[in-house]
Amino acid sequence: MGKDDGFGRVQELSYELKVGEVMTTTVITVAPDNRVGDLRELFRANKMSGTPVVAGDRLVGIISIEDFIKCLADGEMDCPVRMRMTEKVEVLYADEPVVHAIHKFDRRGFGRFPVLDRKTGHLVGILSKGDIIKGLLKKLEIDYHEEEIHHYRASHIFEDILADKTAIRLKYDVRGKDFENAGASASALKKTLSRLGFHPQVIRRVAIATYEAEMNIVVFTPKGQMLADIHPDHIEVKAVDKGPGIPDIERALVPGFSTAPEWVRELGFGAGMGLSNIQKSSDKMVLKSKVGKGTDLRMTFFLYR
Amino acid sequence: MKLEEVRRILDGEVVSGSKSLDIEVAMACGADLMSDVLAFIKQDALLITGLTNPQVVRTAEMVDVKAICFVRGKRPGQETITMAQKKSIPLLLTHLPMFEACGRLYKNGLPGCSEAE
Ligand SMILES: Nc1ncnc2c1ncn2[C@@H]1O[C@H](COP(=O)(O)OP(=O)(O)OP(=O)(O)O)[C@@H](O)[C@H]1O
Ligand SMILES: [Mg+2]
Repeated sequence: MGKDDGFGRVQELSYELKVGEVMTTTVITVAPDNRVGDLRELFRANKMSGTPVVAGDRLVGIISIEDFIKCLADGEMDCPVRMRMTEKVEVLYADEPVVHAIHKFDRRGFGRFPVLDRKTGHLVGILSKGDIIKGLLKKLEIDYHEEEIHHYRASHIFEDILADKTAIRLKYDVRGKDFENAGASASALKKTLSRLGFHPQVIRRVAIATYEAEMNIVVFTPKGQMLADIHPDHIEVKAVDKGPGIPDIERALVPGFSTAPEWVRELGFGAGMGLSNIQKSSDKMVLKSKVGKGTDLRMTFFLYR
Repeated sequence: MKLEEVRRILDGEVVSGSKSLDIEVAMACGADLMSDVLAFIKQDALLITGLTNPQVVRTAEMVDVKAICFVRGKRPGQETITMAQKKSIPLLLTHLPMFEACGRLYKNGLPGCSEAE
């Protein structure tokens, strides 16, 4: 059992840290009825390139320096913000992991995102790339200077996280017939997923499926491996072994079919329910097997279904 | 239902985790097949089972079982107890057979996993 080298602390942190922990909470906003002309001083004084438009507690739009310039070119400085703002706003939620934000910055190319509370829908902060870098560096306890954030470190950290699409890979060895450690891989994976802040419902589905897959390796094969790839929007787990293989896969998938020996049944296994449990808990299951060669089971879990 | 009440209703004893008797279980599931437990149990449940091997604790951990009660007076071995302590899952023991243990708890208002929210 162990971790692959790709398990970097930065990658790990990008899951652990939530948007709400690194965002700026003092947000300068404007009201829909403000004059566009008044934005000039606001943008200049605060060195901003855009600002959320808020009515009451509700985010109703966003207005950027480009909107301002177009307005200026049209000679309509008295126009209310409402008429010039972008109404469809891309937002982040405070409980999202930072890794989502990083991918969103990459996809959208925006400079900042308003942050909402998922329950109330209220604006609670604003997030720039700089906020993320600062948050990560702080957690890593690295001393930094403001200017570094804008130059070297920023691009370096973002590229690291974006380049490795499989942000985190975990690998566990499973020994056949070793009932003392049977389930240890599924248990370790479950713990890691909780630490990384995944939703309990997702963790539960992954735990059930990987445990069943691990037990099959323990019961039916001499040894195998569990490989978990954690992506920003899905988790993929591979359970592979060099065991006897499955002669009739269709039959093995029928609930209740089992070739488990008596001593395994005495331990409470061998109901022939494992593979159908895996099918139910995962979003996609692909089972391949060759008699005498081994079995390759792949399970995919989407984080947002 | 508090674990202490479960113990009282079943005339049971605490095998380990005596400090956790004030935790709440929301429902119960009686099963001797681990795949059934994985398929049907919900969160915060009490698992009632006749099996006492360490895999029972491991299975319970996977689906966030709150506590385990062994029936028919079957006492778990040290390996099982140690694992349960490590995972902070309290263990109870009753001399009642499975059907009666489940029946008593159900009669006293503890719902099954298909009924609970
Ligand atoms: N990795 C494997 N290598 C060889 N045979 C396997 C493997 N996984 C499953 N099988 C075969 O498929 C059958 C069905 O597997 P499944 O997990 O559904 O049930 P089970 O393991 O027999 O019982 P349960 O999972 O309910 O304890 C097994 O009995 C076994 O014959
Ligand atoms: Mg199985």
